[in-house]
Amino acid sequence: MPAPKERKWDELKGWKELAEISPGAIVPGVPTSPEYLTGDWRVERPIWDEDKCTHCLLCWVFCPEDAIMLNISEDGKVVKMIGIDYDYCKGCGICVRACPPKIHALEMAPEEV
Amino acid sequence: MAKRKTTRMALTGNEAMAFAMKQINPDVVAAYPITPATQIVELFSKYVADGEVDTEFVPVESEHSAMSACVGASAAGARVMTGTASQGLALMHEILYIASALRLPITMCVVNRTLSAPINIHCDHSDTMGSRDAGWIQIYTENVQEAYASTIVGVRTAEKANLPVMVTTDGFVLSHGMESLDVFDDEDVREFLGQRKPLYNVLDVDNPITVGPLDLQDYFFEHKRGQIEAMFEAKKHIYDAHREFAEFFGVELPVFMEPYRLDDAEYAIVVLGSSAGTGKEVVDDLRDEKGMKVGLLRLRIFRPFPYEELQQVLGKVKYLAVMDRADSLNTMGGPVATEIARALYHFSERPIIHSFVYGLGGRDVPPENFYEVIEKMQWIAAGNTPDRMVTYVGVRE
Amino acid sequence: MAQKAKTLRDLARMKRALAPGHRACAGCPFPVIVKLVMSATDYPLVVANATGCMEVTTTIFPYTAWPVNWIHNAFENAAATISGVEAAYKALKRKGKIPADKEIKFVAFGGDGGTYDIGLQALSGALERGHNFLYILYNNEGYMNTGIQRSSATPKYASTTTSPAGKVIPGKLQWRKEITDIIIAHNPAYAAQASPAFWSDLIRKVQKALEADGPSFINVISPCQPGWNYPPDLSIDLTKLAVETKYWPLYEYKNGGWKVNYKPRKPLPVIEFLKPQRRYKHILNRPELIEEIQQEVEKRWERLLKLEEAFPLKE
Ligand SMILES: Cc1ncc(C[n+]2csc(CCOP(=O)(O)OP(=O)(O)O)c2C)c(N)n1
Ligand code: SF4
Ligand code: SF4
Ligand code: SF4
Ligand SMILES: [Mg+2]
Repeated sequence: MPAPKERKWDELKGWKELAEISPGAIVPGVPTSPEYLTGDWRVERPIWDEDKCTHCLLCWVFCPEDAIMLNISEDGKVVKMIGIDYDYCKGCGICVRACPPKIHALEMAPEEV
Repeated sequence: MAKRKTTRMALTGNEAMAFAMKQINPDVVAAYPITPATQIVELFSKYVADGEVDTEFVPVESEHSAMSACVGASAAGARVMTGTASQGLALMHEILYIASALRLPITMCVVNRTLSAPINIHCDHSDTMGSRDAGWIQIYTENVQEAYASTIVGVRTAEKANLPVMVTTDGFVLSHGMESLDVFDDEDVREFLGQRKPLYNVLDVDNPITVGPLDLQDYFFEHKRGQIEAMFEAKKHIYDAHREFAEFFGVELPVFMEPYRLDDAEYAIVVLGSSAGTGKEVVDDLRDEKGMKVGLLRLRIFRPFPYEELQQVLGKVKYLAVMDRADSLNTMGGPVATEIARALYHFSERPIIHSFVYGLGGRDVPPENFYEVIEKMQWIAAGNTPDRMVTYVGVRE
Repeated sequence: MAQKAKTLRDLARMKRALAPGHRACAGCPFPVIVKLVMSATDYPLVVANATGCMEVTTTIFPYTAWPVNWIHNAFENAAATISGVEAAYKALKRKGKIPADKEIKFVAFGGDGGTYDIGLQALSGALERGHNFLYILYNNEGYMNTGIQRSSATPKYASTTTSPAGKVIPGKLQWRKEITDIIIAHNPAYAAQASPAFWSDLIRKVQKALEADGPSFINVISPCQPGWNYPPDLSIDLTKLAVETKYWPLYEYKNGGWKVNYKPRKPLPVIEFLKPQRRYKHILNRPELIEEIQQEVEKRWERLLKLEEAFPLKE
């Protein structure tokens, strides 16, 4: 999920507006967390080698951040990994360990500062 | 104001409240037994068993879960009711605040009973007074007829204000006392209440929402401010609900308070619940036999606190006795006295106020209590200053 | 009939992951559990969540990561809250206010503190009443949200901030209680133990639980990076090691019968699971304590095999 273009919650809202859109403190229009980027938590980043990738999706299923980007064909039959969403990737390294050792399409590298 | 058909019945307070619940036919009732409210839960279970309602009855394992399930059901758009007393209300305490902050119009029949320790099953108001700041509208009733009607108007009030409502009766005095009353037809009650229109609904799976998120320093105050405003607005909703009730059924209920012979009163007593009846008799005696200018104010709705209305009716009184059936253990007496003092404070002409605590743990409330209260106020009027802000009536020294 | 995912591709097509931007620690695996639970089927879901790390990190206002309807009430009452939601659903359906063919499933998520300890009564009540809901226990073996205190799920000898390893006392002194056994004693429609590393076993269990007629329960192991104190990339590996060492048996219960879903051919010694976790560092050089843990693992495993033999699960 790439970061949304429309950012609805950047500005702090006053109580009157909240009473309208967030009665009882609910959050409408969920999920809203994609407006909050967690990429700057990273100290290391996973690097993906597209050529080696077999699109097995093991990295996707075990990524806690939903930061493995997928392309799903219209008929839903083909699901391909297309990269890592560095807006959210926290650099935990789980995907690297999930990628089958024989394929080794992911590797950790220091985060450039 | 066409009067709807009524039927005369003889019922106890618990029976009348359970009967009102049957007529309301809520979507969900989650409740747990406790003396003296148990019968409400038992009778309602029987209505369910007999198919007289199509309510989903959730026989929970505690009052904490009762209120928790009510919150879940109300957030799912259902019309929700429950009942409890005393320790049960105390066990719900944590969730009472959540119900109101989530703006859920749950209606709860509370039978007032004191709080432990020592354990005691009889009436005083320490249970509901202990939840006075939980964000619930609180209605205290004087007799079985009013308890019945208030249960119905309570649901309407809750759903207009989108706030939860407690309707209370005095334990045993009303809950187990048989009175004759007029009840409406089931169809009329259901027509009057119509459908609930929720502010949001967690069963609306096509429009998902998050209910009960973590709210930190940057948003909590704004959300709380909104809830506080809802309590300000509740006043209007309370008046509207009672007016609509009167228009529909042709029966008037007092709204926030019931003033009794207060017009030119120099002395006044404020009291809640069933004791008002005895108080009125004493007022009659003092006025008619002894020529004293005494009146009484029965406070019916304690939350939101009707400070403007109180200023109007009590502003001219000289000596005000506030009788609380609960003590705040703050060395100043009862909570009603404290709040009335605050409401009247900024008037240049305001009564001298003294707090009286009476009837704790179900102690009888005979007329003598009221005579004693008035005597104490006369003693104050004679220029004496009590050494404490509170006097305890009806307790052995 | 709902769609059921079998492959990772199916799971991806459901598009029901917990959204990114949540604040769980890097490598915290409970978002993986949530993704697997939500994506196992395409049933519309309503989720109740107990107070704890999951609730706190995924819903900091105004940023919620939940793509489905979600409600948090308090710490100890997720089961009572979902009971209420489910009761409302039943009543409104009966009264025709929800279309008869609209099927919604109810899921509660609670941590071990909210399940073994403070919320046990509410859960027991909801199970006994027979509400139709699935309770997922994400089990990180401690009160992590409040800073890693012991719970009755914390295993023996683990160091926590309220069972610290000291000069005299080597961490927690009690075995964790078997919550899944306690749940099974309620005779639920379905109960199981699962691990995210075994994702296909987990989603199959979720599907069975959601199809079961009555309450269901799945106890899912969910390591906590700071609480168990290990490098964050090991979260999923630990959930595999827990199973391969028989520390966390994968099994299920239905119709009065047990089935052990995975029997490691060459089980690893429990030390393999303990070693990477620094909550055990004070006992790693105390072989007699490790042996004690190994014996307990064997004892519980043998008991499970006996139950399976005596009461085999019949579908
Ligand atoms: C009644 C009550 N007591 C205590 C707390 C404080 N508290 C919040 S979360 C929590 C621990 C949660 O532990 P667990 O259920 O295991 O979830 P985790 O955070 O480990 O995921 C505690 C003690 C609370 N919120 N409410
Ligand atoms: S490093 Fe962690 S967060 Fe980043 S893509 Fe890999 S698994 Fe996801
Ligand atoms: S785990 Fe490796 S091979 Fe599989 S999709 Fe991810 S990068 Fe490609
Ligand atoms: S403290 Fe533990 S359970 Fe909580 S978010 Fe971090 S890793 Fe997850
Ligand atoms: Mg925990």
